[in-house]
Formats: sequence, structure tokens, C-alpha cells
Amino acid sequence: MGGRAGEIPVNVGFATVYWRDMLRFFRFKTLLVSSLVQPALWMAFFGVAMSSNFDRLSAGVMPGAGIEQIGYLTFMGAGVIAMTTLFTSLFGGVVILFDKNWGLMRELFASPIPRTHIVLGIGLSGVTKAWIQSIIIMIFGLIIGVQFFAGYTPVDIAIAVLGILIFVGTFALGFLFLSATIAVSMESPEGLQGIITLLTLPIFFTSNALYPTTAFPPFLQALAVVNPLTHLINGIRFFAIGSSFSAIGIEFVYTPQIILTSYLVLLGFCVGTFLLSRWAFNRAEVT
Amino acid sequence: MSDAIIEVRNLSHAYGDVLAVDNISFSVNRGEIFAFLGPNGAGKSTVINVLITLLSIQAGEVSIAGHDVRTAPDMVRRAIGIVFQEVTLDRDMTVREILEFHGRLYNLPREERRARIEELLALVELEAKRDARTKELSGGMKRRLEIARGLMTRPQVLFLDEPTIGLDPQTRIRMWDYLREVNRTGTTIFLTTHYMDEADHLSNRISIIDNGRIIVTGTPLALKNGLGEDVMYMETSDTAGTEDVLRNLAYVRDVRQKRNGTVFTVTEDGTRLLPAIMDDVRQRGIAVTAVNLKKPSMDDVFVHYTGRDLRDEGARKWGAGRGRSR
Repeated sequence: MGGRAGEIPVNVGFATVYWRDMLRFFRFKTLLVSSLVQPALWMAFFGVAMSSNFDRLSAGVMPGAGIEQIGYLTFMGAGVIAMTTLFTSLFGGVVILFDKNWGLMRELFASPIPRTHIVLGIGLSGVTKAWIQSIIIMIFGLIIGVQFFAGYTPVDIAIAVLGILIFVGTFALGFLFLSATIAVSMESPEGLQGIITLLTLPIFFTSNALYPTTAFPPFLQALAVVNPLTHLINGIRFFAIGSSFSAIGIEFVYTPQIILTSYLVLLGFCVGTFLLSRWAFNRAEVT
Repeated sequence: MSDAIIEVRNLSHAYGDVLAVDNISFSVNRGEIFAFLGPNGAGKSTVINVLITLLSIQAGEVSIAGHDVRTAPDMVRRAIGIVFQEVTLDRDMTVREILEFHGRLYNLPREERRARIEELLALVELEAKRDARTKELSGGMKRRLEIARGLMTRPQVLFLDEPTIGLDPQTRIRMWDYLREVNRTGTTIFLTTHYMDEADHLSNRISIIDNGRIIVTGTPLALKNGLGEDVMYMETSDTAGTEDVLRNLAYVRDVRQKRNGTVFTVTEDGTRLLPAIMDDVRQRGIAVTAVNLKKPSMDDVFVHYTGRDLRDEGARKWGAGRGRSR
């Protein structure tokens, strides 16, 4: 491109990386189908099994006047969306390790696109996948009896879905950046798998995905408060169920301040992991 | 100076305590095919990785197409094309998608991208495979696709790291034809190889590299002639008389009798000496009935300068073939 050497075009490298990753996502039919079916299976088996137990245990508990009582399936529906997003996003960086180990990353690293665009491209494709999965779970959930959007007008539903997708997208980006950072710094897929599993368990079980955190011992409660997954689930429940409801005999109240705080935590997490990934990618050498 | 497209001065590169490249200087002229010939571990790949900006430069100066790799790596990236040592093709993308992806990475406008893809598919004769996934291609086709990809952005210099590793002999010769064709259209080619014949037949100039240093640089012919080891064989009507004539010539050594003839070595370019030698023999009234002249091979050159044979190592390390791809 010698003749046009002085010309610096607008760089859309992240769009190119995004294009390739989506191409692969839709090409691997087994990956595509399994990533969509897996969360549905969680809902169908774990959700239905647990809700029949919990609903019986909490049947005698009466909510306060004017408080809407929701079933366990509805309560954990938000948790399944969040959990699926967590798993998909944490494993989303694996493609970077494969590209690195198979030499494909060299084409990207030797090209003029800024390194951050590689992370952004992978991040946006991960967000797209998380959105598709979340929508599938919501639709499937509604079919098997999750009481999302009860009494909402179509406009309310549109706003609620948009709100959920914004929360899911921000959270997914944060974990994709984290995953990409780990992947680019690792040598072996086994090591990456180990670290991700190590991260997943505490994040999942110190969150309010399957049960309320109010009865946790103080140490776990502190973890729950800084856990991004808890804040994602706050957002999803607020938009999908409402600002106050009762489930498993416990009353939940989400004020706009709580939801805003939760979103800011996710946003801060996302910015932090982005900076981390930028640092890791700029110092990475791939030969 | 002005027609040098690659200029390297005092380049050194270390991995921890291990000095892989030791104060190398060389330049490549615009329009030539230049080869780095050396065994595995000689430092060839390290040099090429610094030149293509995958490794950041530690010591020395490198300028490519007028851009400094230290201060303007992005300009260097826009001026070059790369074919990596191992196959770096996504197994599940089609031939056209591979080129499309590369064109997008370098921001080629859509129309130019499409036109260039057609042009290059024709050049490397992969038109019929445009919608095939790369995992369905043969080794030679993959290499051709990678060459096409390296040329997508009309680079001034095409870098190839061991371009014909793992290919069968016919495919290798075809690959050289493609590279000559690319070179004819004005692209400078820089390649590394541990194949003697590849350096010999394909390149205009060769640098032999060993233990991180350039041992010698020159055209293949000059390197071979420079050894002064052209071997001649001559059959005459009087073997003893011939030997007598030869022993009196200053540039002849190692005269030996072999079956019906005489074998000897000359210290200068044999093609130019042979007519005069034959004249001398005939002047003694001796008839020359057969002659043969053998130039040193690239292997001889390599053994001469490095003191060891490169082919053994090459065969051992690469016998299993390459083929990192997905």
C-alpha cells in the first residue's frame, strides 16, 4: 500500500475480528445447538426439580400485604440467564488461546490493527452469543412456566428486555475481557480450563442465582456483595419480575438506587478488565 | 543504498541469556529474491520475526521500505506480506473467507478486496476451490493460499519463513514457479530456508547464517565458484602425458588417475579454464576424447563455510512434517 502510505483509514479491525468469530459460531452447528440447548436443560431439569421442592417448603410462608409472591422457577430463571452468561463469557476467551497455539494469532499480531481491537472483537461476539442465549432462555422459560413480565404492557416488556440485555452485555464484556487476558497469558488449554473452573465455582455459589444471600455468614456475604454475578442478577430480577416481590419466603426490594449501583459495579468491572486485557495484549509476544 | 528495500544494521536478539542473533548486518535490494540459508536454530526465524514486527527489536537498526521497525511498525506492517513457517489457516473458513478476512484486517475497500481476491485466486490457481474449507486443501494448495494471502495488500516485500517445508518435490518446484512469477511482477522476496536446492535455484542472493551470524553472502554462482573446488575429469590418448601437462598449471591441484582418465581440481572458475586446459593438452599432440566438469553444490558451499552438513539435521527435525493448522 505504498502509494497511499500517508493515508490512515478509520480502523474497524474489531469488526473484522467480530465477523470471523460469528462466522465460526454459526458454522459449528453442534457448538451452536449445544450452547442454546444447555441453558434450556438447566431450566427444564434443575429448575423444575428445585422449584417443586422449594415451593412446597415455603408454601406456609405468607408474604406481607401487597407483596407479590413468585415461584422458585421464576426466581431462579434470572439465575440461569446469569449463570449461562457467566459460563459462556468465561470460556469465550478460549478461542484466543487456540488461535495463539495454532499460530493464527500471528496474522492478527503482525497486522496493523491495534491489539485492543482483537479483545473488543472477541468481546462483542461474546456479547452477541450471550444475548442470543438470554433471549432463548427467556422464551423457553416463559413456555415452561416462568412468570417473567407478569402484568407488563408490550412497551414495559420491550423496556424490560432492553434493560436485561444491557446488564447481560456489560457483564459479559467484563468476563470476556478477563477471559481473554487469562487466555493470552497462558500456554496450555488445560491450564486455562483449570483457572476458569476455579473462578466459576466461587462466583456462582456466592451469588444470589439459586438462593438469597441474606442468610450467608458475614464472610460469604461480603463476597456476594462484590460479586458481579449478584449485581447482574439484581438487574435481571428488577427488569423481569419487578421492584418488590417475595420468593422462598423472603422479601426482595430493588430500589432504583440499588439497580443503578449494581449497574455501576458491572460497568466498573468491565472497564477494569478491559484495561487489564489491554495491558496483557500489548505485552504479549506471539511468534 | 537507495535501492535497498530492507536495511539491517547490527541486529542482535537474545532470549534471556541465549544470544539467538549476533550482530547481523545485511541489505536486500528492491526486486530481488533474497534467501537466508541455515540449519534449524541458526537464528533465521528470529531475524524474520523481528523484521515482520512480531518480535520487538532489541539492538540494532532495521528499516523496511523506508520505515523504521522501532518507530513506525504500523507502516512496516502495511508495506509487507507474510507467509509464516507453519500453516496458519483457520481450518473451518473457506478459501475466499481467508482472503476476505485478511483484506478486511488491512482495511482494503470492499471493491478492491473483491477484485484482488479474484486476481490472486487466478494467480495461485485456486479458483475452483474458493468455497472449499481450508481443511479440505492439500499441503501445496494451503501454501499457495497463504502466498495469495500474503499478497492481498500488494506488499512491497513478501516474507516467507521456510516456504516449502513438508511439500513433495513436484509441489516444491511449482511453488518456486509461483514465487518467481510474484517476483517478476515487482515484489521483493525475502525467504528463509534450510533447503540447499531452494536457496540455490530460487534466490538471486543468499546469506548463509549459522549460530546467529551471517557467514557469507553472495549469488549462488559466486558462492559456488568462490570455493575454487570445480572438479574436472578428462580422458585422453596419453594419460601420463596429460598428467604431466596438468601438474605444470598453477591453478590445478589434486591430480589423480581414475580408470581411463584423469581427475583434478581447479582453484578458479572451471568453465573458463577448461578450453585453455584442453588447448594445452592438444599442443602436446595428445587427443582429448572426453571431458566432464562438476561445480560444487550448495551443500559443498555450506559444508565449506560452516564445517558441517546441514541436511542430516534438517531431515531429522522436519521428517515428521509440519502441519500446525486448525
